[in-house]
Amino acid sequence: MVEDNSIRFLLNGQIVCVTPDDPHMSLLQYIREQAALCGTKEGCAEGDCGACTLVVGKIIDGEIKYRALNACILLLAQIHGCEVITVEGLQGEDGALHPVQQALVEFHGSQCGFCTPGFVMSLYAHYRNQLPNDRQSLKIALAGNLCRCTGYGPIIAAGQAMYGYPKPVEPDSLKILQTITGTPQQDERLFAPTTETDLQELLQKYPDAVLWAGGTDAGLWLSKHLQDISSIILLGNIPELDFIRDDESGLHIGATIRYADVIELCADKWPAMGEVMRRIGSTQIRNSGTIGGNIANGSPIGDMAPMLITMDARLNLASAEGIREILLENYFLEYGKQDLRPGEYIHSIFIPKPARDIIFHAWKISKRFDQDISAVLGAFSYERKKGRINNLRIAYGGMAAIPRRAFLAEQALEGTCADDTSIAQACQALIRDFTPLDDMRASAKYREQVAKALLNKAFQDNPVSLATDKYQYE
Amino acid sequence: MSESVKNVGQPMEHDSALAHVTGQALYVDDLAEPADMLHLAFGRSTQAHAKILSMDLSKVRDFPGVTAVFCAKDITGKNDVSPMAGDDPLFAEDTVIYHGQALFVVAASSQRIARKAARLASITYQELPAILDIAAARHANSRLEDTQIMSAGNAREAILSASHIVSGCLNTGAQDHFYLEGQIAVAIPGEAQRIKVISSTQHPSEVQAGIAHVLARASNKITVEVRRMGGGFGGKETQALLIAAAAALVADKTGRAAKLRLDRDDDMAMTGKRHGFEMSYRAAVDEQGKILGIEMDLASDCGCSTDLSPAINDRAMFHADNAYFLPNITIRSERFRTNKVSATAFRGFGGPQGMMLIERVMDHIASEMKLDPLTVRQRNFYSKDNNITPYGQQVHDFEIPELVEELVKTSDYKTRRQQISKWNQGQQLKKRGISLTPVKFGISFTTTFLNQAGALLHVYRDGSVALNHGGTEMGQGLFIKVAQIVADVFGLPVTAIENSPTTTDKVPNTSATAASSGSDLNGMAAYIAANTIRDRLEELIISKHNCTKDQIVFADGHICFPGGKMTFAELAELAYLSRISLSSTGFYATPDIFYDRKTHKGKPFLYYACGAAVSEVEIDIATGESRVLRVDILHSTGKPLNPAIDLGQIEGGFIQGMGWLTSEEICFDDKGKLTTHAPSTYKIPTAADRPDYFNTALFNSKYEEPKTIGSSKAVGEPPFMLAISVHSALRAAIADARQHKDFTPLNAPATPQNILSELLAK
Repeated sequence: MVEDNSIRFLLNGQIVCVTPDDPHMSLLQYIREQAALCGTKEGCAEGDCGACTLVVGKIIDGEIKYRALNACILLLAQIHGCEVITVEGLQGEDGALHPVQQALVEFHGSQCGFCTPGFVMSLYAHYRNQLPNDRQSLKIALAGNLCRCTGYGPIIAAGQAMYGYPKPVEPDSLKILQTITGTPQQDERLFAPTTETDLQELLQKYPDAVLWAGGTDAGLWLSKHLQDISSIILLGNIPELDFIRDDESGLHIGATIRYADVIELCADKWPAMGEVMRRIGSTQIRNSGTIGGNIANGSPIGDMAPMLITMDARLNLASAEGIREILLENYFLEYGKQDLRPGEYIHSIFIPKPARDIIFHAWKISKRFDQDISAVLGAFSYERKKGRINNLRIAYGGMAAIPRRAFLAEQALEGTCADDTSIAQACQALIRDFTPLDDMRASAKYREQVAKALLNKAFQDNPVSLATDKYQYE
Repeated sequence: MSESVKNVGQPMEHDSALAHVTGQALYVDDLAEPADMLHLAFGRSTQAHAKILSMDLSKVRDFPGVTAVFCAKDITGKNDVSPMAGDDPLFAEDTVIYHGQALFVVAASSQRIARKAARLASITYQELPAILDIAAARHANSRLEDTQIMSAGNAREAILSASHIVSGCLNTGAQDHFYLEGQIAVAIPGEAQRIKVISSTQHPSEVQAGIAHVLARASNKITVEVRRMGGGFGGKETQALLIAAAAALVADKTGRAAKLRLDRDDDMAMTGKRHGFEMSYRAAVDEQGKILGIEMDLASDCGCSTDLSPAINDRAMFHADNAYFLPNITIRSERFRTNKVSATAFRGFGGPQGMMLIERVMDHIASEMKLDPLTVRQRNFYSKDNNITPYGQQVHDFEIPELVEELVKTSDYKTRRQQISKWNQGQQLKKRGISLTPVKFGISFTTTFLNQAGALLHVYRDGSVALNHGGTEMGQGLFIKVAQIVADVFGLPVTAIENSPTTTDKVPNTSATAASSGSDLNGMAAYIAANTIRDRLEELIISKHNCTKDQIVFADGHICFPGGKMTFAELAELAYLSRISLSSTGFYATPDIFYDRKTHKGKPFLYYACGAAVSEVEIDIATGESRVLRVDILHSTGKPLNPAIDLGQIEGGFIQGMGWLTSEEICFDDKGKLTTHAPSTYKIPTAADRPDYFNTALFNSKYEEPKTIGSSKAVGEPPFMLAISVHSALRAAIADARQHKDFTPLNAPATPQNILSELLAK
């Protein structure tokens, strides 16, 4: 293959080579407007409805890993070197329906049909990865696909039946994908560095460039806010940022690691964190969104930051000058302002290994169980020695303009037995710690009430919560 | 002769199922675009109520890629896209009346350019006082029409003489339709001032008439077509015209095809929603919990214009009785005009709000009299002797008492209620609740003249059948149901019937596909058309084979008669050669309904569709979070035309209703700007919100509805209201947590915040 700067990928089995007029073109725009594959729909242009879901395969450790992604907030350039499968690409050569399509037809899984291609592709990703198809797994797989007609029952039923059909032969695209080399670098509107050194040079030359990891937040700046971004630097082609290291010192997470890559590892170490992470965005969002990105944007309602703050997590901020390590809690200065110097970028997140008997709780409170931005996220970490609370960390999201520790509440409880009086004092202190947000997600009053309720929960022996996948009825 | 295979009654898949799952089903945005097509975007007001002092659009016009900009003064005809009242301008003229109102439309070479340019207008406003809620509207006496009163007996007297009185209030929130396909239209100019518009609309005839008015042109110059919508739910009944009219205006002015697709934010800000209601009641009750008399006050936020609000609010009154005999009743219904986007039709059309109120009254009575709420409900059901509604219609063949009895058994309601009560005693932090609520929903447009439909049927020489009718397909399965009906008339497999797009030049003057009436009306019209052709074919056979009509059988693709048999295709060819017309229209008007809006009396409904649901929920009393654990539904669709489609409507309607009552919250800021304008902030249910235990069954009714097609019953809207059981169950859980003191209202939606506030209410 010619080494040029075109964006090259496999689309439903065909190699495609594109140099778009607008290097910031989304994959959805390309698929619908240029490839004329109109099965993939736009429902919201913000990665919330899943109508644009398609499956992207990428070579990882010598094999192709398939993931469901939202095409509306994915840059075309991000899929350079990948295999893209749309709803039009599932039928066999003889026109036979794929099992997920067949099952959806037989179980009456479509009504208006507009969301259907997205559901087909979410189920297809599940099928392709041969993931368990019990109800719970399917609900997690489908939480990023909204359907307004069916009530989801027939779609879940189709998912439960899909392995019962003859398994189609899927073409092996590995060899052909391996022939795609080079980078999708365009003109100065889009860079795709492959090393940190290149990244550092670019940042010096283009200090205002937007760093683009998963694009699940920044994607909206283009798709909805219609911004003109002068330069985008893609981070997805830099192997040095794409690592997980779990060693004696703790857990090191590279900046471009996606939620989906670490969710199991985190859940294993800290079940409560796993539960929250599982509810961040949707499968599609977790397949694209990165923990580094969630922190970098400094959102007051990002779910990772409060949890990581209570674990004394640190950020490694890199630049041409080297690495600067800071406590994550010091990164957030005020709304929209972070301790990130010109030329710096997040290299990795480090979660020090906690004490063996640490107690960690985190709860995400939102209007809807799945795929909703938190009204409040409360995170609590402490040790209990001879009944007394030590090394207490309390942090909240949604309670201030930045994710922050509740220092006064911590003081009220540190060293106490977390008796009713101390907890009541800590609750009083919370009022002084925070001025909660007041918006369409929740009132300031509710946020305050819930912050107190979570604080209470955190010191119960076996705190219960409805907000868990593990919930079993009867 | 073997029994023929019937299509009607079979659980057939949606006619587009295959196209849906393969991505081949074409929606308006998927159609191939003419090379020079213009892409449009609206410029929107940023004030809820203001005088426009100046509007400078030069930056919009000068933006590279922009072809033209049009506003109110460019309209040749009438600047109005309202369904009847004349108070919905296409573009604001000198005053804006809601935040997000269309001011102008930009036409450009791409959608992105049009949308970017639309944001560049400089407009100066003089802010006027904005009315943003019912209280402010009442204070300002800002009303759409006079307060309507529906009454029977003497409620006041019953209340004055009663020993037990319950009274309280209840608010229900607005709801966005959130059809997955946003509003869209493409207008294509033709010769001689003709325009063809492809619109995602439930009401092509209204879009046609509306465009004709805007362009000052005769209706025969305008053709509106829709093959399918990506969801409608009432949101594309009157609202589609705004979009289609703007596209048609641009096509007419520029001579180029024009497409307007609202992005999700524009769609949510600019198009109407379900009416928010504030309601109260005062009921006199006997020892048994029976309602002796009741006064109900219903106030709704209709938004900035009339739209369909009078009929919607009427339907709230019609359903304020739900399944209960209320001999002495006065319903006062106030309809307020505010500076918000005009509220519009949404599945249930006011019915859900009225029903929510009476179901709350039932819960309140049960709480007050220490009775099982189910017992209170059952004692108040309509019965053989007590069967007159507040509007004077007789309730006959009433399915609910038996249906509920069966559901109580199949859902194990009584045992579970006891178990829950016991379980709750052992829980500090969680509580459960269970509730059974019924639905009785009146079927027919209450505006009587709308109850008409037409169909156009062609049989071709090869025996293939092309079916067209005035109903639109929005996912509800109308097309397959009507095709099943037609196939049975000819004894053909349903695959022999081709559904063609709904088009105003095939069937004129249609009513909206709404009020759950799609298959009742269009099914009957198509049935009549098919029988007209069948009659002609039978005459032909009789003339050639000397037999009688009842000796001819159409079955399994063949026609059998004494001494002969031929395929349907052979018969079609024979008819053609014999110069027999193989095309027919069909027309149907619902018989025997009438309504006098002045007195609010009459027989507005052909029949009632009934069902009931039991829901069990759990709440976290520290945070107010809730989950629905189990749902059991028993619902009657008479003799279903297609049980698979009906089950889909029932479950889908239920989940949509559950969303309305739990997680879907519409919020405006204090300037009247919608703050829940996208799925990131507006939360419809996801797959995880559907409980694993979800049992839905069709009720095997002993009554046969004689006047409907195949004795079937409508199914579009009624199941939406089954979700009231979720809200009532949440109320039960809260009451348990509050140890049954002070009955609290639990406004809808029951978000975690609202639930917690009930739990903590003094």
